[in-house]
Amino acid sequence: MKKFFSILLTIFLPLSFTNVSKAGGHMEAEVIHWWTSGGEQAAISEFAKAWEEMGNTWIDTAITGGDNARGTTVNRIIGGNPPTAAQFNVSKQFVDLVEQGLLQSLEEVASAEGWRDFIYPPELIETCEFEGEFYCVPVNIHSWQWMWINNDVYKQVGLPVPQTFEEFLAGAPKIQEAGIIPLALGGQGWQESGMFDVVASSIMGFPLMQSIYRDKDLDAFRDGRFESVLNTYRELNQFTDEGSPGRLWNDTTAMVIEGKAAMQVMGDWARGEFAVAGQEAMVDYSCVIPGKEKYVALGGDVFVFPKNDDPKVKDAQLAMASMMVNPTVQAKFNNAKGSLPMRLDVDTSAADACMQMGLDLIQNPDAIMRESDDWNTPAFTAAWGDIISEFRNDPNYTVAQVMDDLEGVLTSGL
Amino acid sequence: MPFYRNIAAKIALLPMIVISLTVFVGCIIYSFVYSLTNSKLVPVMNYVGFDQYERLFKQRKWDVAVENIFIYGFVFTIGCLIIGFLLAVLIDQKIRGESLFRTIFLYPYAMSFVVTGLVWKWVLNPTFGLENSMHMWGMTWFELDWLVNRDLAIYAVCIAAVWQGAGFVMVLMLAGLRGIDEDIWKSLSIEGVAKWKSYIFVILPMLRPMVVTAIVLIAAGVVKVYDLILALTSGGPGYATTTPAMYVMENFFSRANLGQAFAASIIMFISVVCILAPWAFYEFYLRNKYANN
Repeated sequence: MKKFFSILLTIFLPLSFTNVSKAGGHMEAEVIHWWTSGGEQAAISEFAKAWEEMGNTWIDTAITGGDNARGTTVNRIIGGNPPTAAQFNVSKQFVDLVEQGLLQSLEEVASAEGWRDFIYPPELIETCEFEGEFYCVPVNIHSWQWMWINNDVYKQVGLPVPQTFEEFLAGAPKIQEAGIIPLALGGQGWQESGMFDVVASSIMGFPLMQSIYRDKDLDAFRDGRFESVLNTYRELNQFTDEGSPGRLWNDTTAMVIEGKAAMQVMGDWARGEFAVAGQEAMVDYSCVIPGKEKYVALGGDVFVFPKNDDPKVKDAQLAMASMMVNPTVQAKFNNAKGSLPMRLDVDTSAADACMQMGLDLIQNPDAIMRESDDWNTPAFTAAWGDIISEFRNDPNYTVAQVMDDLEGVLTSGL
Repeated sequence: MPFYRNIAAKIALLPMIVISLTVFVGCIIYSFVYSLTNSKLVPVMNYVGFDQYERLFKQRKWDVAVENIFIYGFVFTIGCLIIGFLLAVLIDQKIRGESLFRTIFLYPYAMSFVVTGLVWKWVLNPTFGLENSMHMWGMTWFELDWLVNRDLAIYAVCIAAVWQGAGFVMVLMLAGLRGIDEDIWKSLSIEGVAKWKSYIFVILPMLRPMVVTAIVLIAAGVVKVYDLILALTSGGPGYATTTPAMYVMENFFSRANLGQAFAASIIMFISVVCILAPWAFYEFYLRNKYANN
């Protein structure tokens, strides 16, 4: 049945977007995004190519850094000169824009093309749906839940590749003795708190994480398991090097690739770095989802379409939204990006061993986890991340103090 | 003074006055009004009283930022003045190749703070900077971990800033030194005053206008310090080197927390006024009064 549907959709969808594009004639679209690294550029140009093949013009406004790009988008919307489309993360980042009525509803194409039937996992629909209408297009899924491990290092010291943080900690002193940095961690706030959430989900499991991050349940927060996460995190940090503060994530990944370090916790975008270095998944390096219960997180990117007085712009926006979810475009885009597609009927034959692991896992609804920023505002996650980062860097900041400060954030109503 | 005196000049100045009033005063009022709201990503008129200020003063991060700006301001100002003055005195000794040295010392000032930040980031990085080089030369006792040490990182920022700013102070001071009358030097040597004593007790007080100019220019740079720290430490390790300006920018752009950013910027504004007002009162009012008497 599923297969029948997907065949139907593959036939129907290209038709539907050619129809829309004919209706609009030649269209121009300016797109703001922050995809500037090699693999990212290749990915966004798949969108641009597909758009231009429809006979339209693509104006590329690439801005380095997600914060800067989002800032520019918001400023331009408020300043009355909105772009046609703009990138955000799967998160609460753009909720204010929806509530202020600044975004174009995509319901027209969404219901015509049946987005609710094929967007997978359905949690992605929740991100984009406000009062029964679609306001964003999810384009991919990125997950943080990975340990990237140099196999040679473990072979050299005669240890098996660790599958959990406990196993990693047990082997870390031996790696250190061999003169290798056990844990490569870039000391920037987002990397520190990103790794913290991976440690948290792998030790205390997603249900508990959900009751803390989403429900702000103080009993769950205080039941001892969160403290043990903090303790493990502090233990892990003994095994980093002193060059860590301020180091970029890709420089840190390079340390694992070169064998200067044994392991890095980083999202699946790190795979691109290994691929560029000519390394093969599971041969030269291992990707491990740590913990007994394995999760894949639903991070990723969406595009939103700011409202515009010009009706021609609206046509272009709807046509582009339809193009972005098209299975052929999705396949090309995600293969270039190294992320998982947002629908199951996409050709993923080019996937490597690590990507395949993610693809297998995401089919199981119990293995899908959400991240803090799916429920919380950027102000909340930033305040939370500040404390985690300070905890990592200040050895005098005790677990008890951190618990009190985190509780302050939980009850702040941010 | 009648209103119509110099009427042409006043009309010519009008656009500037209008722009200053709308842009500066207008923006300050706008910021204050919206600092009383709970605006997040976009400014909304949702009045919450002084909640944002209350939250601001509860932030550990804000305390660190304020402390840092005082440390930075003090070390940077004093460091620039002392090193700048010393360099000027040394160059004033009628040395050979003076213009070469002057160029070398002034050169850092021509660089943007971002470049300075990156250069010092590499020099002070313990894994591939100066410490690493010293270790490779066999001096394994050498330790230089300021940049990654929470307590010392802000001083590493000061070093980079002084390195850039000292040359500028040197040029100002040197210009002052060249303006000192030869006769003063002659009389000092007849009296048999030691050279260092004459510099400190006679020449330095004569350089007062230069010192004031230097302090004003340095102080303006202190309050708005942002790019140097962003390039050098990004506020890290943790948030050990964060500053009020960074706090404001962060809340504006990455944290979608406009209300908090407005509140912090109003506090910054008030503190600048508090520091500048007595000085301006003295410089522009009291001094003129005494001068006229």
